Amino acid sequence: MSAPAVIAPDAPLVVPDGAPVVVRGLRKTFGATVALDAVSFAVAPGELFGLVGPDGGGKTTLFRILTTLLVPEAGTATVLGRDVVQDLWGIRSRVGYMPGRFSLYPDLSVEENLRFFASVFGTTLAAGYDLIAPIYRQIEPFKDRRAGALSGGMKQKLALSCALVHRPEILFLDEPTTGVDAVSRREFWDLLDELRRSGLTIVVSTPYMDEAARCQRVALMQKGRVLAIDAPDAIGSRYPRPLFAVHGLPRHALIEALRAFPHAASVQPFGDTLHYADARSTHPADAVVAELLAWVRGRGITEAWAAPIAPGIEDTFIALMGEAAA
Amino acid sequence: MSRAIEVQDLTRRFGAFTAVDAITVDVEAGEVFGFLGANGAGKTTAIKMLIGLLAPTSGTARVAGFDILTQSEEVRRSIGYMSQRFSLYDDLTVRENITLYGGIYGLTDAEIRERGDGMLETLQLADTRKALVGTLPLGWKQKLAFSVAMLHRPKVVFLDEPTGGVDPVTRRQFWEMIYAAAARGTTVFVTTHYMDEAEYCDRLSIMVDGRIAAMGSPAALKREFGAPSIDEIFVRLARPAAAGAA
Repeated sequence: MSAPAVIAPDAPLVVPDGAPVVVRGLRKTFGATVALDAVSFAVAPGELFGLVGPDGGGKTTLFRILTTLLVPEAGTATVLGRDVVQDLWGIRSRVGYMPGRFSLYPDLSVEENLRFFASVFGTTLAAGYDLIAPIYRQIEPFKDRRAGALSGGMKQKLALSCALVHRPEILFLDEPTTGVDAVSRREFWDLLDELRRSGLTIVVSTPYMDEAARCQRVALMQKGRVLAIDAPDAIGSRYPRPLFAVHGLPRHALIEALRAFPHAASVQPFGDTLHYADARSTHPADAVVAELLAWVRGRGITEAWAAPIAPGIEDTFIALMGEAAA
Repeated sequence: MSRAIEVQDLTRRFGAFTAVDAITVDVEAGEVFGFLGANGAGKTTAIKMLIGLLAPTSGTARVAGFDILTQSEEVRRSIGYMSQRFSLYDDLTVRENITLYGGIYGLTDAEIRERGDGMLETLQLADTRKALVGTLPLGWKQKLAFSVAMLHRPKVVFLDEPTGGVDPVTRRQFWEMIYAAAARGTTVFVTTHYMDEAEYCDRLSIMVDGRIAAMGSPAALKREFGAPSIDEIFVRLARPAAAGAA
């Protein structure tokens, strides 16, 4: 029972029929920095697929390759059945791309930006209006305002409208919610849900682990590599050890007490509780709870409670980071 | 306990728009205080006043015992500040950044050398002394920026979204640095969009449309609102305001 628990690896790549994105063995370096290394995945038609991970994970590089703005060093990628290197002109007009940085024209008005992006793709605002209406209506009262003078949440809605106005078959969104407050983030994901229900395939990246739950499947990315690909719940359940929530004050003392417990495999703060992983995989949960409480009580923390919990995606991500570093 | 931050009816108007509307907050020495609010709620304007960069329209505030209006120089010398958007200079080396900030905060050359070396030792970044800050991973940079903001041992440190985009392990290491600083008596005033981090604070306030709509310990707020998490409370308070702004 003392062998180190390891997270189950991904199943071999399965490519669904008509997969709008297929990536195999993608690699890209910038000088000594490996931005992408052996990245493979496939997105199903109509799927809301998430690339989840911190800055430096390779998410932006991946988007720039998929939107034909950057050429990979090794590996292949197809978007809507076309190769991103050989057939870039067959791809560009059929995808919508919202880059991570605000890249609209700050001196044009809201409506002028929309008309401009429609005309670049040879269409009109009127022709795309019904698709963008649920989003655009929220900023339409400000259509004469300069885009540069909008609030963060409104800029984000305008950028999404501009990426959609030419009726793309697939949408690439690079960190659309970074720096946005928790309420606006929820509203933005509600919009993505609506778009997905209309049949659009969406690939979206985020550094926020809690947003992964809004995707149908996610690829966890760290330092240019995919750590795992699965449905969000399935990623949580891959966590290899029994996990417990522990609560008690003072918090710092509780962290140190738990880390000193002989069977502790991992102690991490999560909100107002700590997540404690036990190194013994077959020890009964109620016995672990009783031992933990006795242990911390012996270290002066009297008002504590502990209970077994189901691991979430962030637990697995942290465990995978540890395995990748080992 | 002495108060590190005392704010009384602090108000700032821009023309007809009231960005900060008569807020009153007290933060105790050694407390970790979370300052939450939706984008545009007035957090940045309030922080600018507290660090002496913007004069209030009315109201008063004392930070580290100094009046922000009449003693803004003393305030700035007694505080540390770090934000995600602006922290260290990418084009300078780690050592040069330490020397620059140490000098700005009036440390002697000997103090800069001694504290700088100790800091890099603690962070296990001694090997990066001569590296350009721009070449470091984001997580290292943020931990370094926090330590540099603490170099002159300020009584109060202001952290504006310090952990944006950082991986979940580094984010937690960063918060352990915050706890350690608070345990040494530094008062920490922090903003974040991560609602799980809000739960790490001793107390927090939630700002809506320039006013403080709720304030207390995470546990007390959850009892008061009958909510399972700070996230839930935040959404409940901020949604009407967000809907109005959209």
